[in-house]
Order: sequence, then structure tokens, then C-alpha cells
Amino acid sequence: HLTAVTPGPVSITWGEEANPHLTTTSFQALSSAWDPAYLVLTQPPTMLTAGSIHRYTEEGLTPIALFQVSKNYRSVIRACMEDMHQAAISTRDSALQSQYSIQVICTGPLLLRLLDWVQLHICDVDNMVREVLSSENPSKHKLFWNVVDIFVLQGRMDEARHLLSKEAIANPTSMNMYKILDDLMKKMPVPSLGNTQTLTEMELKWQHWHEECQRYLQDGTFASNSHMESICKILLGDENAILEKKELMTTWYHFLVTRLLYSHPTVKPMELRFYAQSSMDMFLGEESSPEPLDTILMAAFEFELHQVIKECSVALSNWWFVAHLTDLLDHCKLLQSHNLYFGSNMREFLLLEYASGLFSHPSLWQLGVDYFDHCPEYGRVYLELHIERIPLNTEQKALKVLRICEQRQMHEQVRSICKIMAMKALRNNRLGSALSWSIRAKDAAFATLISDRFLKDYCERGCFSDLDLIDNLGPSMLLSDRLTFLGKYREFHRLYGEKRFSEAARLLLMLMTAHIAPCSFWMTLLTDALPLLEQKEVIFSAEQTYELMRCLEDLTAGKLNRQKFQDDDVETMKVEMLRLALARNLARVIVKEGTLEGS
Amino acid sequence: MEEVCARFVSQKISKARWRPLPAAALQPPDLFATGSWDNEDNRVSVWSVGDVGSAGLNGEYQGEPQLLCDIRHNGDVMDMQFLDQERIVVASSTGSVTIFRHHQNNQTLSASHRWENAHYHADQYTACGGAACTGVICNNPEIVTVGEDGRINLFRADQKDAVRTIDNADSSTLHAVTFLRTTEILTVNSIGQLKIWDFRQQRNEPAQIFSLTGDRVPLHCVDRHPSQQHIVATGGQDGMLSIWDIRQGTMPVSLLNAHEAEMWEVHFHPSNPDHLFTCSEDGSLWHWDTSTDVSEKPSFLHQGGRSTAYISHSTINQSVVSAWLSNDPTKDRMEITNLIPNQTLSVNTLDVLGPCLVYGTDAEAIYVNRQLFA
Repeated sequence: HLTAVTPGPVSITWGEEANPHLTTTSFQALSSAWDPAYLVLTQPPTMLTAGSIHRYTEEGLTPIALFQVSKNYRSVIRACMEDMHQAAISTRDSALQSQYSIQVICTGPLLLRLLDWVQLHICDVDNMVREVLSSENPSKHKLFWNVVDIFVLQGRMDEARHLLSKEAIANPTSMNMYKILDDLMKKMPVPSLGNTQTLTEMELKWQHWHEECQRYLQDGTFASNSHMESICKILLGDENAILEKKELMTTWYHFLVTRLLYSHPTVKPMELRFYAQSSMDMFLGEESSPEPLDTILMAAFEFELHQVIKECSVALSNWWFVAHLTDLLDHCKLLQSHNLYFGSNMREFLLLEYASGLFSHPSLWQLGVDYFDHCPEYGRVYLELHIERIPLNTEQKALKVLRICEQRQMHEQVRSICKIMAMKALRNNRLGSALSWSIRAKDAAFATLISDRFLKDYCERGCFSDLDLIDNLGPSMLLSDRLTFLGKYREFHRLYGEKRFSEAARLLLMLMTAHIAPCSFWMTLLTDALPLLEQKEVIFSAEQTYELMRCLEDLTAGKLNRQKFQDDDVETMKVEMLRLALARNLARVIVKEGTLEGS
Repeated sequence: MEEVCARFVSQKISKARWRPLPAAALQPPDLFATGSWDNEDNRVSVWSVGDVGSAGLNGEYQGEPQLLCDIRHNGDVMDMQFLDQERIVVASSTGSVTIFRHHQNNQTLSASHRWENAHYHADQYTACGGAACTGVICNNPEIVTVGEDGRINLFRADQKDAVRTIDNADSSTLHAVTFLRTTEILTVNSIGQLKIWDFRQQRNEPAQIFSLTGDRVPLHCVDRHPSQQHIVATGGQDGMLSIWDIRQGTMPVSLLNAHEAEMWEVHFHPSNPDHLFTCSEDGSLWHWDTSTDVSEKPSFLHQGGRSTAYISHSTINQSVVSAWLSNDPTKDRMEITNLIPNQTLSVNTLDVLGPCLVYGTDAEAIYVNRQLFA
């Protein structure tokens, strides 16, 4: 017993129909992510992924088991359809086709399968059936005979007999007729699953039964009750009688099945096509021409798989059905896949189309990834192109997309997505976020960009923004030189604030001499050195002072070449002050260092 | 019979929260709310989980969540919290924070209050771009929200404007917030920092900052121990679970290698704090059990693998009683169980109350387990 739940108000319990070999996994894979709304939009259920089917065939499920899987799947579809009876007709189409496709693969007596199919599919009549069955006096209901007819047309003999018995009880006068009809219906030979009888035996029995029915009809046994008479005619396979019930059957393929049931019960799959064409002509008559759906079915009856796929591709509005059908056929090795001239085979082509369609949906892109994974040739390329174009409106979504890329070693895409997010953050002035994205992508260039932003802010405002970030860079500081500089520079400020001047001085010098600091920042650094130079206590040693002077000269020499005129006065003044301070410091330090201790 | 009930809901679930029980209640929770994300039409929904007594003939419908009501929500549901028995506060990716009221009598939801621009980016190009509100926490009537704009807001349920706003509280994205004490909150951000903010202080600076050692991996979730308020757990982008003792040091007490991808939520069990639950992008949900008496340990009905592992903690200080912080080898047995037998897509959210666990996934399903400690 598997109990599973589908979305929407419908719950399905799998009773005897369940294949005990199906695990909860595979079942969930079948029926999950099912949105009745999707059906309305003619976007069918999406979780029947190529992957899950692949898993089944790997586990050695035979086509029969696969058929069971599809049967369960169809039951769920049917339940959804019943629930949304008012929904667009196209939902029925897709359900129908999915049912049919599996028909092609199945084995076993064809007729039984066809009957099964019709019963599952035609759910229009269920309401009527329910209404009659639940009424207090079914035999008096005005639709009573309609329901009996439906049961007979669909080969549901037991249910027909059950209803008829109610009528017999209500009308004792027709008891005799009823008994005969009931007997006929009970004795009707049907091809059994067990195959205990050979075909010839079955045909003989059937012939015998057919003649018996014929006799009763000709004797006028049912002459007084037109309903029962027409039922008998149907049992005899009288096409006109069956055609009279057109509205109950609603479709020509129902007519086909009924016709086969009562005139050619031992039909073989190969013979279907003959009956199909004539049934369609008889049913539709002169007025209507076949619809696309009909063409598809005709192709299916003729077992022209490629034709079916072609017709479906043309007629249907999305690739769901065709893609899954082709995949199934491919796994069952029923499809001769020849290479298309652009390299991949048909299965892959269709799956790629379907998955691409998924990516245009706001939330189904995650499923599309799975499909691309199962396309060996072009899947990765398609995925790479699509995944970069998913709109990323929150960071959390970006993280999920990134995780998908990282799992597949798509480093280029990781970098590109992180860069997009980092730029967005930068534009919104979220420097910490931008840095966090560049760390994720290990993007040194962007880290440099962010550090430059920080430094620019510092120069403009004289203080650091976002100290919590800069103070806590940790090992990520090493991602880029500029970032390292930023961290160290901030450390310098901190040391200065803590009055650890000599350490601060050493750090400052190191920043310049080790070329960690960008040239543009040297002026600022030197200016920062000023207060240290002006301290009462000598901080910079002679060596260090020489170094500083050298740096200053390098800087001014470079500047002279560029000939800046704007801040000329300020610049010159700064340089002058620095020179003075350096000279003074040098003087003091030479004296200090020259002085012997203790003397 | 399965104890975990699945319900496929055709929308990706970003948050699920049990309705809190009244103080003296003995029965398990029976109602939870969920929020969806990534759809054009996102919804906040309220579900009820049937009583055991109302099972069908063969118990098929036991515990299956039934949709009571739902309402359209603008933007992704980023975070959600029950304010009280009837009101739910929802944080949106558009930057707004909404209070929804659940009307019990006719089973409807209505929006009772909204702060439209709780979180925004002041962009030089556009007037005011919305920034996602990433976390919300309530302590009736106060509501604290944090967002991608690095802003912290303190609202009161009945007041139109924010009581207090800390602009640019953080230069990176704040991912989650929780209450430490009634006037203090904890936030985690995307550069691996855990910060304590004290609302009694007027300055807009954190009272304390903790960082991860090593790489500054973004932290995504935070939760505080229900009874021992100095113990805090956080989950990171690399799936690592960190346990912090905020009375001492600025680094985590333990780092536990957990998931293979982002850890989205971490929860201490409110009444059995020896149990911790985490869920992750890698599709797993782990139950961490440090209850020390192994022989009397309740047996869990799982399909997942069980693993009992000695976890070596890198502790700094060991003077505490709690199993989370101790490094005593004999007591150092932590049982970790993955509650999901077959992982597919991310488990975005979980909530645990009493014997009940609810979790939601990107595979568009909600799962309820009402016999967590059976």
C-alpha cells in the first residue's frame, strides 16, 4: 500500500493497482510538483523527469512495469481532471496522449488494454454515472438507460448487469427478458490476461455466443423493450446501433474500441489501423474533418512512431509530451535514433527544447537543470548559457544558482554571477556584500576594485566607513594586494589610536617600501607620517627617515613629470612641510643615535 | 505506516512555522503556516494537521496537512514568524514587512498591517530600490527585521512607523536575526560575523562582534539556546554548524562539519534543547542529539542512515554544563541523524515544536512528522 498525496484537494490511495516494486521514491518522482494550475495552462506535470525514467530502466523494470507506472500516473491525472472538469479541453488532450503513448509499448491482450484506456479516459460520463448510482431509485432515473448503455459500450459488463438487476426488480414483467440478457452478458467471452485459452478456442466460443445473441434478437425476445433490444444489437456489434449512442461515446476512438469489442475481440495490434480509419470516417461522417489530435492518434494506431512525434510536435503547444515520449521510447530502445545533422539525436533535441522552455518559467528552472544533465552532448552548453540568464532578484536565489554551478564545475558561470551580484551590491553602496561576493568567486580584480572604493571614501571623508568589515577581513585579505593594503592601513590607524607608535611607524614604512601601497596613495601615507615625525619622542630611526625621504623624492619626481597645476599650492606646501619634518627628524635621530648610552 | 506525511503543493516552500501553543497547552501543535517563493504569484498559506482521532478507516489521512486558507503575497516570502495566535509577520523580497491576521471563524487570511519600505537601497540612479528583507523575529508586540540593505528595524505591531532604525548597521547583507534578551538581538551577516545589538544603547554600533576563525564564510541562520542564553548556534554557507559561547571570546566554541551546502535554518528544540535541527541546500535535514544518556535514548523511526560519531570539539573554555559546549570525551557522544531518506532538492525551512516537525522543500512539498520522539 502506498499512500501518496497529490496537490489540490485530491488524494489517491493506490490499492490493488500498485506495483509492489515501485518505491516511494519513484512514485514521488512521478507525482510530485504537480500543479493543477499547470494543467490549465497546458503545462503538464513536470516531475516525470528523464532522470527518473532512466532510473527505472536501470533498475530493470520491464515495459510491463513501466506500463504500471504510467497507469498510476494516469490515475493521478484522471483524478486531477475530474477535479477540474471545467478546465480547458487541452488538458484532456495531454492526458490522453500520455496514456496512449504507453499503449504502444505495452504487451498483453490488446483489447483489454484498449478498454482500460477508454474507461480511464472518458470521464465526462462519470458525473452521470455517479448521479444515477447515488439516486434513491436508480431504475427510475431518467438517465438510467444512458448509464447502462455506457457500461455496455465500455465493456463493463458486471456493472451493467448490476444496474439491470435493479430494473428487473422494479419491473417484474420484464424479468424474463432481463434474465436472458443478463445471461448473455455473463457468458460473453473476453480475451483473458492469463491466456489460458488459445486464440482459436476463444474465437470459437465467441462465434457460438454471437450466434446465440443473434437468435434471441431474431426471435423478438426483446421486442417489447427498445432499450434492451438496442443493448442486444450492440452486443452483436451492430454498427448502426452503436452509432446511435454517439453522444455517450463522444469520440471516434471510443467508437473504435466498442466496435472492436463486439465484432473483433481478438484484434491484433497490427490490424488496428484498418479499423481505426473506418471508425473515424463512420463516426465523424461528412461534417467534420479530423482534428490534429485525431491525426496523432491515427499515426499512433499505425505504429508510426516518428509520425506520432512529428504530429505532436506540430500540434501541441509545448514540448512536454513529445520530449518525455521520445525519452521513454529511447530507453525502451524502440526508437531508431539517427543523428540529426547538427549532432545530437532526436531524444536529446527534444529534451533540450523542453528544458529550455522550463527555464523561461519563473520557478521551474531548477527542474530544467536536471533535464540538461541528462543530455550528454549539448546539455552542458545549454545549461551554461541558460543559467547565467536566470533573473536574480534576491541573494538567496543567487546562492542557489551558484551552488548548481559549483556542483558542475562551471567556474566561468560562477565568476560571472558573482560579478553581477558584486556590481549590484557596489552600486547600492553595500561594500561588504560586494566583498563577500568577490571572495566567493575568488575574484582578485573585483576585490581590488572594492578596496579602491574604500580608499576613495577614506580620502574624501577622512575616516573609514564600514570598519566592522575592514577590521575583520581575516585571511580573505590576501585575495588581492589592494585588499591587503587596506587591511594593513586600517591596522596602522588602529596602532596609532592605541599609541603604539613605533609599530605604527614600522608598518607605515613597510607599506611603502614593500610596494603594497598603490602609488596614488603614497602622498596620503606620507601625510599620515607627519604626526609621527612631529612627536616629542623620536620614532623613526635614521634608516627609516632616509627611506621616507627617498619615497618622497620618488613621489615628487614622478609628479613633476605629470605637471599637475590644480592643487599646486596645497601640494607644494605639503611637500615642503614633509621635507621640513623629515629633516628635523633626521637631525634629532642622528643626534640620538650618535649619543652613547649612559654617557 | 509512515510517520512523515508529504503533501505536494505545487509551490516552492521557503518558510514553514508552527503556530505557537498557549502557555499551558499539553496537546501537540495542529496548525502551521507556510510561505512560497520564486513564483509570480506567491502565497502565504495556513494548514491544519488533523488530530489522530480523526483518522480515516485505515488511517490513511492521519496527519495529512489540509489547506485552511491562503493569501497572495507580493514578492518571495523570505522569513515568517507568528506574532501571536492569530497574527503572522512575513518578510518579503520586495523589502516590505506585512502582518497577516488569520481569522479563525471563517478561516481566512487578511493583511492587517504593512510596512512598505522597511528595507531599501538608496540608489543614486533610482529613487528608492527595494532591498529584500531577509529576517524577522517577534517578541510580541515588538518586531525586529533585517535585510540586504544592512539595516535593522524595530517595529511595534500597533505603530505605523518604525520605533528605531539602524541604517547601515552592517556593510554586508544581514541574513538572520534572533532575540538574545528582550532588549538585545543577535544578527549574522554575509562576512561571517555574529553581532549583538543592544537597543537600550543609543549609538548605532553593535555591542559586540564575533567572527569565525579562518575564512569569513557567510552565516545564514542563527538560534539561541532556549534556556542557556549564552549558547548560540549558527549555520554557514559551507554547511558548517558553529556553536558559540557569547560570554567569552570572539570565536566559536565548536565547529561541526555538517552539510555539503548552505545551511538555511538551525533550530534548538524549544522544550528539549539537547536536540538541534538543521536543514540545508543539499537536501538533508539533520537531527543533532546530545542527550547524554544513550541507553534511554528514544528510538527514532527513520529511513535514513544512523551514525553515531565522536565529534572532537575545538573548545576554548570548558567550564560549562551544557552538552553543546562540553568536550568531555565520555559525554561527547552526539548522535546525528539524517531525517530524509532520499534527498532531492533543497530543504529550505524547518520548524519544530513539541513532538512535531514540519519542513518544506524546493521540490514543492511540505512534510510533517508528528512523532519526532516516538
